[in-house]
Amino acid sequence: MTTTVATLVDQPLAIGGREFRSRLMVGTGKYRDNETMARAIKASGAEIVTVAVRRVDLDRTKQEGILFHLDPKRYFLLANTAGCYTADDAIRYARLAREAGFNEFIKLEVIGDEETLLPDVEGLLQAARTLVQEGFEVMAYTNEDLVTALKLEDTGCAAIMPLASPIGSGLGLINPYTVRTIKRRVSKPVIVDAGVGTASDACVTMEQGVDGILMNTAIAAAQDPIAMARAMGHAVEAGRLAYLAGRMPRREIALPSSPTTGMLD
Amino acid sequence: MPEAITVVVNGEERRVGAQASLLDLLALLELDPRGVVVELNREIVRRPQLGEKTLHDGDRVELVHFVGGG
Repeated sequence: MTTTVATLVDQPLAIGGREFRSRLMVGTGKYRDNETMARAIKASGAEIVTVAVRRVDLDRTKQEGILFHLDPKRYFLLANTAGCYTADDAIRYARLAREAGFNEFIKLEVIGDEETLLPDVEGLLQAARTLVQEGFEVMAYTNEDLVTALKLEDTGCAAIMPLASPIGSGLGLINPYTVRTIKRRVSKPVIVDAGVGTASDACVTMEQGVDGILMNTAIAAAQDPIAMARAMGHAVEAGRLAYLAGRMPRREIALPSSPTTGMLD
Repeated sequence: MPEAITVVVNGEERRVGAQASLLDLLALLELDPRGVVVELNREIVRRPQLGEKTLHDGDRVELVHFVGGG
């Protein structure tokens, strides 16, 4: 007797003409030190790693930069425009990031509210249009609004990045329905960005059928970031496989798993 | 001593020699040009041009790089 193990082979994640094996993307902020960051990122299995653009600290120019710990040959550096509150600022940061010379990708954030860090969709769309025209591959951090996601896709964004919940909140996927709706309607990759708190959040998010997840605080702020990074790698893979496998239908009443015949008198 | 001028680098005033280029400024700050992106008065200056751009009194220079972020 031969046994066939049917293995679902997933497609690579394609964004802006590039292909990635891992569907987990990780940030590099908030780690207690660079060594922990480097080990956590390695443990996560992520290929796409986000960085921010900031002024060089001129009093500490001797200090090793973050790139000392992140081999650009091994990781795909995705610069963000975090901290930008206007389209003009975000465009300025994106241009600076591209000048660093790694790639033409930008994780576009235009923040509209300091307390919730929710996006300013008007500024976001405006910045996205300009950056796409300038040849950027724009990955747009947005809210759960389908119409905004559709407009972002119309501008030519390479990926749409709806939030699971607010940045750094760890509240998990608050509205699976809206994320599913965006995924169903948008043809570009949908990467859920922000809000995941623990491995089950990542798994549930991937089970919605999205193309990937970007997270930072969930790993960096865990008691053991390296263990959490590993857990997140497994969770993203498990959630993705579960989605591809197709879950059983939900039932309100029980259905026995064992035969109801052959019972003793 | 050549005449000195004042430029604003990352928000702070710095005295540099007149005729100093952006490349000279980076050398003065002990910064490797390969590790920074330079903006002069809001215009990005590409690496090959850093030696050609001479600083003038009151110029605003931004020196940025990648840091940890999400």
